[in-house]
Amino acid sequence: MSAGAATVPRWSTRSTRVVRALGAASVLSVAATVWLGLWVTPPDQTQGNLVRLVYVHPPIAWVALYLAFGIAAVSSALWLWPRTRSRFWDRLAAASVEVGTVFTALTLVTGSIWGRPTWGVWWAWDARLTSTALLLVLLLGYLAVRRIPADADARARRCAVVALVSAVDVPIVHFSVNWWHTLHQQAVITPDLSPTIHGAMAWTLLLGFVAFTLAFAWMLVVRYRVEVLAEHLEDNELDVALRERRSEGPRAAEPLPTGAGAGHDTTPLVTTPTP
Amino acid sequence: MWRDTVLMAGKDLRIELRSRVVLHQVAPVAALLLVLFAFALGPDRAPLVAAAPGLFWVAVLFASVLAVQRSFALENAEGARDALRLSGLDPAGVFLGKTAAVALQLVVLEVVLVAGVLLFYGSHIHSAGSIVVTGLAGTAGLAAAGTLYGALSSGLRVRETLLPFLFLPVAAPVLLAGTRAWQSAMGIAGSGPGAPWARLLVVFAVVYLALGVVVFGPLQEAQ
Repeated sequence: MSAGAATVPRWSTRSTRVVRALGAASVLSVAATVWLGLWVTPPDQTQGNLVRLVYVHPPIAWVALYLAFGIAAVSSALWLWPRTRSRFWDRLAAASVEVGTVFTALTLVTGSIWGRPTWGVWWAWDARLTSTALLLVLLLGYLAVRRIPADADARARRCAVVALVSAVDVPIVHFSVNWWHTLHQQAVITPDLSPTIHGAMAWTLLLGFVAFTLAFAWMLVVRYRVEVLAEHLEDNELDVALRERRSEGPRAAEPLPTGAGAGHDTTPLVTTPTP
Repeated sequence: MWRDTVLMAGKDLRIELRSRVVLHQVAPVAALLLVLFAFALGPDRAPLVAAAPGLFWVAVLFASVLAVQRSFALENAEGARDALRLSGLDPAGVFLGKTAAVALQLVVLEVVLVAGVLLFYGSHIHSAGSIVVTGLAGTAGLAAAGTLYGALSSGLRVRETLLPFLFLPVAAPVLLAGTRAWQSAMGIAGSGPGAPWARLLVVFAVVYLALGVVVFGPLQEAQ
């Protein structure tokens, strides 16, 4: 990434090529999972065609609950640690939470689709469903904090703390909701998504894990780059606007004061015309 | 750190003693919640008695949002936040002091609420010891997590809406565990043993107190 105040950040062609290859690999592997899952593999003896969700739901849940959340928590901690503090960790955490939110929502949706024919209801107060739903709210809270206008450092601090507080909460939520359900005298229905799998089914499930992990990685990298561009825009949009505005007037030839990128108040927005 | 804790808690409690905002506004709101719950569930005693522990903790949860908001409204006055940072107090001490002040106010409020539950809903306490222990542990956890998020949203324009959005999901385990523990202590039929829930409340409180001590410094710098 270039360091100039006004030049748009660019990435090397090599890294862009890698990202494109990653994107192609994830699209292809997801397509292969869909093809294998819907057409090649046989229906299950007990669950029938419902078993096909097993190729999608656990991989998505793995990405959302472990990968995305883990990366967000670790990179937030690394940002807070003064020795490893860099904007890289802040952006990575933000990208991971945002992509992870999508995957968490997808986990809930696919779980719900599975639950409707199995349990007869779209929503059950099942331990995993409930804790995943709470996790989704926690992630949305992070995104809400992210959107609050603030300078980059303050925003990174707040976001890192929210991520850590949420990360600490996840195991507590998990245990409490589990106990809440099991200690409550009810017929415990745990989603039995792991019937004896073999042959084509096992390979399809494995491919599903690879495919969604690749898709996550791709989305993460792209989102990270968008974050870099957004930060660049935030830092420089006033300069750009000023430059455009000035180029309209008679004083177009006058150069901008240097260092306008750091402090926005160095240049008056409206220049009074000299009589 | 401990000296700063006492100083900070003393300051917040002195302001509360003089202004009585929590006592005169938050406590009545919490008591009003108990009445509103009764309106929602109907005048029969049985459902109210069965739901009393949960309703109590929901009321405490909402009241703690208000108490935390009040605690940081004190710091929002002209330049108070900067003065606090300039004072050289240990951030961990500031965190623990504010947490202690909020917790103490919540305890007073909970005593009022328990009296209300016993009086209005006709609940009975079977094990006063576990009520006190779980009540204190839950309150410490709520105050710690609330103070952390209170500091985070303090000074922001959206603080009134942001705080409940961030804090309530994090505090959900306290509601769950507190309710289960109190169901057991109030002898409600079908409730399991209360001990694991009490342990969970203690773990929650310890975890958030420790986290607050560690991250309150960096958080203060963001304000």
